[in-house]
Amino acid sequence: MLEIKNLSFAVDADGKDKEIIKNISLEIPDGKLYVITGPNGGGKSTLAKLIAGIEQPSEGTINFCGEDVTFLSVTERAKRGIAFAFQQPVRFKGIRVLDLIRLASGKNLTPAQACSYLSQVGLCAREYIDREVNASLSGGELKRIEIATVLARNALLTVFDEPEAGIDLWSFHNLIDVFKKQRDEIKNRSILIISHQERILSIADEIIVLRDGELIRQGEREEVLPDLIGTSSAVKECRGVTQGVDQC
Amino acid sequence: MLNLSATEKFLLNEIADINDVPAGAFNIRSNSQSVLRQSSKNVEIVSKEGVSGMDIFIKPGTKGEQVHIPVVISESGIKEKVYNDFFIGDNADILIVAGCGIDNCGAHDSQHDGIHRFYVGKNAKVKYVEKHYGSGKGAGKRILNPVTEVYMEENSAVEMEMVQIKGVDDTKRSTIADLKAGAKLVVRERLMTHEEQQAYSVYTVNLNGKDSSADVVSRGVARDNSYQKLDLKIVGNAPCKGHTECDSIIMDSGRILAVPALEANDVDCSLVHEAAIGKIAGEQITKLMTLGLTEAEAEEQIINGFLR
Repeated sequence: MLEIKNLSFAVDADGKDKEIIKNISLEIPDGKLYVITGPNGGGKSTLAKLIAGIEQPSEGTINFCGEDVTFLSVTERAKRGIAFAFQQPVRFKGIRVLDLIRLASGKNLTPAQACSYLSQVGLCAREYIDREVNASLSGGELKRIEIATVLARNALLTVFDEPEAGIDLWSFHNLIDVFKKQRDEIKNRSILIISHQERILSIADEIIVLRDGELIRQGEREEVLPDLIGTSSAVKECRGVTQGVDQC
Repeated sequence: MLNLSATEKFLLNEIADINDVPAGAFNIRSNSQSVLRQSSKNVEIVSKEGVSGMDIFIKPGTKGEQVHIPVVISESGIKEKVYNDFFIGDNADILIVAGCGIDNCGAHDSQHDGIHRFYVGKNAKVKYVEKHYGSGKGAGKRILNPVTEVYMEENSAVEMEMVQIKGVDDTKRSTIADLKAGAKLVVRERLMTHEEQQAYSVYTVNLNGKDSSADVVSRGVARDNSYQKLDLKIVGNAPCKGHTECDSIIMDSGRILAVPALEANDVDCSLVHEAAIGKIAGEQITKLMTLGLTEAEAEEQIINGFLR
């Protein structure tokens, strides 16, 4: 479904090009939940924005459902079925939660229909549906509303940029359930989550690891996760490297 | 059925959501004439003598009634000054819907200056909605200069929704309020200006009584080459609470001047002012684009929400 070939992205830093994404190629097939992880500053969020069209690559191509979307706008990509959940949700004065969910769904949903999306992310819908998406909401509330709007998109490919950031532990448990449900129900759809969280990694079909803008590893969860969380071969490798120093 | 032209009906709908004869007491003014009037058991509407306008008497204890007094002008060149005084009895609870729509397809300016004075009795509650709208492609301007004076007795409450929807070339809005003990005033102003339009809005709220309070919020959007000046002043003359907020979006070559003023004449006053002017945040547009809206559609949604 999503095919990225030789994608690079550079920014200007003191007059010189600084590469944030370096020649990345990957495929995300239908019906799969992929998680991209890696150290801070590794290019994960930038890659997500490149997929959504918020940033434009300096090189490479992005194909979605067989179409080259590399130079399509954010709007055009959204219309073709790419949804994007922001790491830092945006506030709007005057726009209500109901308005945002209606815009996301592209339908004039009844309040009850819109409430169902809020319920999925653990918000008591009646309390929120008529509230403005403004500074009166906490960061965690905004985050859950952001995720609800993306669920309302019912997109072919949904990209979540660090969905766990800024939400409390209870909401995080709830969020995992949302992703599990999504994963179990997806057929011709795909989910891509940028995350550091082990619990999110543990529900992935495949895990991609980015470091310093490069794709350093990609594989099935069972294969990649143990190394990432410091078990199995990672521990052996660590012990091997530091043999005699007893740092591990 | 209302015996009005299609243009007049359109204007009525824009400013007062009126499609037919409204319920309760009303006066519909069209092209400087009262074309339809009705008093009710508790609301009496009487023409003034000597000047154009009405006295509107709302009996003490009136509950759940509405008064509609919309004005439409569809002839080019009309200039009028109208005095409407509202006498709201003690313990009354009433909705008053005003507003003016001007359609000017001619070469001469059309102007409506509405002077509204509210005498609000003890413990009375008033919700006042006033919408202004202009249309027509004539060279003549659409000018609206509302003056609103509010005199509030003890423990009365007034909520005012003042909206300039679009199409008004020039407006000078003046609002003065005097509050006695325990009185509460809430104002929500929304101003949209575009093309070469100019809007001046001046508020002076005097909190004269103990525990009186005012919350005045003005939101504006200045597009194209338009100009807005917002002048919000609260004077605290007793232990009281006051809050004003000017919140504006500036676009294209629009200009906005916000002039906040707070005056405390009592040590137990608590007065706050907030002001912010800025363009639409890029991230807001991007977010709505990720929902499938074009940039222009996103901008429209953001403005419509802001001025809701």
